[in-house]
Amino acid sequence: MDVYVLQLFNGLSISSILLLVALGLAITFGLMKVINMAHGELIMIGAYSTYLTQNLFKDYLPESMFDWYFVLAIPVSFGIAFVFGLILEMSLIRFLYGRPLDSLLATWGVGLVLQQVARSIFGAPNVAVKSPTWLDGGLRIVDGTLLPYKRLFIIALVIVCLAAMYVYIYRSHEGRRMRAVMQNRDMAACLGVSTRRVDSMTFAIGSGIAGIAGCALTLMGPIGPSLGTYYIVDAFMVVVLGGVGKLVGTVLGAVGIGMFNTLFEYWTNASLGKVLVFVCIVAFLQWRPMGLVAMRTRSLD
Amino acid sequence: MKKRLFYQLGLMSVALSLVLAGCGGNNAPASTNEATDAPSESANAGTSAGGEIKVGILHSQSGTMAISEVSVIDAEMMAIEEINAAGGVLGKKIVPVLEDGASDWPTFAEKARKLISEDKVATVFGGWTSASRKAMKPVFEELNGLLWYPVQYEGLEASPNIFYTGATTNQQIVPSVTWLLENRGKKFYLLGSDYVFPRTANLIIKEQLKAEGGELVGEEYTPLGHTDYSTIISKIKEADPDVVYNTLNGDSNVAFFKQLKDAGITAQDLTTLSVSVAEEEIRGIGVDVLEGHLAAWNYYQTTETPTNKTFVENYKKKYGDDRVTADPIEAGYTAVYLWAAAVEKAGSTDVAKVKEAAKELEWEAPEGKVKIDGETQHLYKTVRIGEVQADGQFKELWNSGEAVKPDPYLKGYEWAASIQPTE
Repeated sequence: MDVYVLQLFNGLSISSILLLVALGLAITFGLMKVINMAHGELIMIGAYSTYLTQNLFKDYLPESMFDWYFVLAIPVSFGIAFVFGLILEMSLIRFLYGRPLDSLLATWGVGLVLQQVARSIFGAPNVAVKSPTWLDGGLRIVDGTLLPYKRLFIIALVIVCLAAMYVYIYRSHEGRRMRAVMQNRDMAACLGVSTRRVDSMTFAIGSGIAGIAGCALTLMGPIGPSLGTYYIVDAFMVVVLGGVGKLVGTVLGAVGIGMFNTLFEYWTNASLGKVLVFVCIVAFLQWRPMGLVAMRTRSLD
Repeated sequence: MKKRLFYQLGLMSVALSLVLAGCGGNNAPASTNEATDAPSESANAGTSAGGEIKVGILHSQSGTMAISEVSVIDAEMMAIEEINAAGGVLGKKIVPVLEDGASDWPTFAEKARKLISEDKVATVFGGWTSASRKAMKPVFEELNGLLWYPVQYEGLEASPNIFYTGATTNQQIVPSVTWLLENRGKKFYLLGSDYVFPRTANLIIKEQLKAEGGELVGEEYTPLGHTDYSTIISKIKEADPDVVYNTLNGDSNVAFFKQLKDAGITAQDLTTLSVSVAEEEIRGIGVDVLEGHLAAWNYYQTTETPTNKTFVENYKKKYGDDRVTADPIEAGYTAVYLWAAAVEKAGSTDVAKVKEAAKELEWEAPEGKVKIDGETQHLYKTVRIGEVQADGQFKELWNSGEAVKPDPYLKGYEWAASIQPTE
């Protein structure tokens, strides 16, 4: 019984990680239609930003402050990835709208460049990020079942990100302009929206969220130059399965993949579990090529 | 129709990334540019004429494996410099020719061919993964080259053209399993990455457990680059083993140990023994996560021998105080010295003569005295089990006392009779 509770929680936890990784992509790929293969590297940038923040705290602040570096690391990761996204959009992506194949190749190239840059700056080996002590340990619900605080924290972080994104996209002026541009660029331009500015902002926000994902991932996994490559496939999978262009779809996609992955892995093993998930996704997309939540609008035609 | 096209492209991008993930163990193909290091350019003049002997150094300088292999290059370069400073070999200077294997196995074979046929190097020091060694092996056998391979591996191989300076199974895995059975308990859980080394290693461990009274309570493999171990940890909890024998490789180790700690399992609750976690990896995983866990190697930075003290000092002086030495680094360093000694003894760099001279050759390595076994071209090595300390170094808990004779085919173990080479 305990095991099922724990597995349910693990499934939820994996879903939250997948969602965090895919949220940024849901914007850059889902809304802007840029097949952003450099998304993984933006995650990596977030992770290294956390590493840098940690080092600054270690070197310049008293030890008692160290535990709070993580609180600052989240906005720092967002900020640095945001700036990278902005530069990337203005120097490259801007010229590739409406050319998905070209953007795929170009962003993939950017990804490789960023990986090698990270390797040159930080060295090829992984770096260590010491997680804050207030995230050590876990919540003991029944004997033998421990819910790690780190996983709970990531779930909470995802909920906060999701809420912030929802408010931004659906409740703010900026968000309204963003949706207008994504749905009908010419009409929005006619009505006086600066589409260029909106494009840059949208892409940068998507990148910034990837940075937050990178920050959170330092709690769970390795921090190295190839970090992004471990998550990029999953991120695309979530967005495509969820249905491109809808936030709700991305959430459902992440929960679906996370739950099934945990279940299959528990019943079989890690390799076969992953294969089964892929098979299910391919079969599902055959049946519903638009994904879980289809966006019904004429503008996409 | 635009919509349709768009979704096809979307699917295609997923498919493409899948293919990428599948074929490269999640590594992005790195550039296949020639290494343009100064030594290789200055030495392009042809054969080792005059006062120079050219040797090849062929490791991954880019891609996923660069993480480990770059330090081995450093150690090999340091050995070459030291030998040159002491007058070189046969009165000639050793000139290294660096090539990048780029974490891509066919590239290793291609570069090995280039080093032997075009650069006419006397020998090559290189490789890390078993896959890279298996890719280079036919090239060295065909062209009668000489390769020094510095990493512990799964055994069941003895090529006449390769010297193995890392441990084979009876110098690392087999004795560590025996030690664990005697000291930590009978119930084993095997966890490894899904490729040739862990699968072969676990095949051996399973036979050994049967013969020595151990019990197998679980066996799991995860794809290279796997990052979520929550389910595996649940399974481990259910199986309740005394020991987790860990043959995970690369980044997965970071995820596994971090998440194991989060799940509330410490080294006091559960013994884990790793065969791919050395000093370098500890720095990337974090000491707070690894403290108290075990590893089996032939060398630690803390190993107390007179040679090791100077070796560690020189390495740190040359590459920085924050650098650490580890087993494969030491094995790469040892390989260069053994080759140089064999060449001195043979009075020539001719492969057949060097091989003949290398038989039963002894050298005082940082890990202690090593000797080349003439028959298998492996080294006699001392086995050491260490525990990770708070400073990121190992404390030696046990050693074999004397250098163990290499036995790559495990002929000396009755229970291993059914284990056959996988080729």
